[in-house]
Amino acid sequence: MDFSLSKEHEMAQSLFREFAEKEAKPLAQEVDETEVFPRETVNKMAKNGFLGIPVPKEYGGQGCDPLTYVMCVEELSKVCGTTGVIVSAHTSLCIDPIMTFGTEEQKQKYLIPLAKGEKLGAFGLTEPGAGTDAQGQQTKAVLDGNEYVINGSKIFITNGKEADVYVIFAVTGMIEKRGRMMKEISAFIVEKGTPGFTFGTKEKKMGIRGSSTYELIFTDCRVPAENLLGKVGQGFKIAMHTLDGGRIGIAAQALGIAEGALERTIEYTKERKQFGKSIAAQQNTQFQLADMATKVEAAKLLVYKAAMAKATQKEYGFEAAQAKLYAAEVAMEVTTKAVQLHGGYGYTREYDVERMMRDAKITEIYEGTSEVQRMVISAALLK
Amino acid sequence: MKVVVCIKQVPDTKGGVKFNPDGTLDRAAMMTIMNPDDKAGLEAALRLKDQYGAEVTVLTMGLPKAEDVLREALAMGADKGILVTDRVLGGADTWATSQTLAGALRNIDYDLIITGRQAIDGDTAQVGPQISEHLGIPVISYAQNLKIEGDSVIVERQYDDRYHVLKAKMPCLITALSELNEPRYMTPGGIFDAFKAEITVWGRADLKDVDDSNLGLKGSPTQIAKASDKVRKGAGEKVTPNDPAEAVDYIVGKLKEKHII
Repeated sequence: MDFSLSKEHEMAQSLFREFAEKEAKPLAQEVDETEVFPRETVNKMAKNGFLGIPVPKEYGGQGCDPLTYVMCVEELSKVCGTTGVIVSAHTSLCIDPIMTFGTEEQKQKYLIPLAKGEKLGAFGLTEPGAGTDAQGQQTKAVLDGNEYVINGSKIFITNGKEADVYVIFAVTGMIEKRGRMMKEISAFIVEKGTPGFTFGTKEKKMGIRGSSTYELIFTDCRVPAENLLGKVGQGFKIAMHTLDGGRIGIAAQALGIAEGALERTIEYTKERKQFGKSIAAQQNTQFQLADMATKVEAAKLLVYKAAMAKATQKEYGFEAAQAKLYAAEVAMEVTTKAVQLHGGYGYTREYDVERMMRDAKITEIYEGTSEVQRMVISAALLK
Repeated sequence: MKVVVCIKQVPDTKGGVKFNPDGTLDRAAMMTIMNPDDKAGLEAALRLKDQYGAEVTVLTMGLPKAEDVLREALAMGADKGILVTDRVLGGADTWATSQTLAGALRNIDYDLIITGRQAIDGDTAQVGPQISEHLGIPVISYAQNLKIEGDSVIVERQYDDRYHVLKAKMPCLITALSELNEPRYMTPGGIFDAFKAEITVWGRADLKDVDDSNLGLKGSPTQIAKASDKVRKGAGEKVTPNDPAEAVDYIVGKLKEKHII
């Protein structure tokens, strides 16, 4: 077993690190403070191929493996959690289902501009009454001639108002499963600007404040029948498969936030003097840093392992759930300790760790809460 | 149109500097980057590729690990990489280096050769102009801007307080300043392609029309007497004069004491 990165991955990592330091880091505080979507950074990422990393070249992508994509989200999130999740939602939640379940026509029409970064993607599953319980969907799609008519709303949608292409889930009927009537869910590709598709309120969030989280509203929104993604009734499967991949992206975001907080804390504790010596010379600081670094490394191994599983295995939900569960909890723990080690300064917005602690919290919630990850992991253990 | 860019792998100053016992740099032990002026030269060449479909070859002399800097150039968009590496070429000063690179360039078709102005390790700014001398082609150094017009290149050559606009017929050599442009990033897919690409490796035997006496440490007229890392400056002397006149007297006194005025 070899834990070292290949030369290619090492060089890709240095590329993402350089880009993050030069382009995303200088804006991170402003993006958080103003809650403005970092469009300029997104345009630069598009130009450099960061928005289509795991997409084959024939579809406008970079033709790289999931590990390269994970390292991109990780390095961006080290300096700016908002920028990290923009790439993750676009790639894992919009590109991936179209790449996996889309027809050739859909790939030509949507995947290519998404992978080139000419268009930005989003994913709409969550509703007010359907969070962890995805079966609670109320949004409906009814076939009328050659079109589906969608009615309902989606909430907490990342890249909400800034995206151009949306993968949307809606109930298309009822089916009997093991003697019980269940909702039949289907997936659709919906373009921004489609009549009847509007935006509701913008969420005011604790963290990842620049990421444009909106409510999507569908009122008699007519979508061509050819925009059905996969088959009728395949929606739940598509959603779960997509989230398996998405969780690896969020795990990478959590890992990046934790690494960023650790780096800042190491620098700070070496500089900050109390009682005539740096606080890094105190054994408490040393032990805290040792624990933080060890957990970050363990999270990294799980995240990279999940990325490799996505590259080589048909099913990778178990690895993805473990990576997300652990990385998210490590991110929360490490950023909390980072604030503590920064003392009063860490509680102010002058210091990055304050933002990082707020950004970390969401990684325990979205794309499956930590509790959902425990359900996935234990279900696999006990089956 | 064919463009050759000479690039150099230099120590990353962030990683600290290490020396061999003979005073030359211990390149194998240091973190490295592509020399910034060379990177600007490469970007200029890649823009000629974008604009005119120029073919861009990158050439470097160095240890086998200098292959990394060629891969980086390929990942940015260069078409071919050539590494000149041989034990007998080690320890070369600017004279021996320019002789080596000229020997390699004699095997390559080119319209334009671009080098960086100078490398951040040696800071001599000699290799580019020396190559042009060996090859008998015109050189325009310190380019802050360049464009192509027919079979000529028009370059703004930078001075402290002005620039000159010069026109030279190709083939010719340009030395680039890092101010010339903002180099592009590599692309993720470009990196993976770069590692699949074949790098041409040449040794002493592949150099054309170069005499052994001009190569390597033996062919280097420059002898390094002593080299050291930067010595940290002391804390200095702090004085608190009562008024500006006293401050001026103190400073003037010190300057006289040191025979500066």
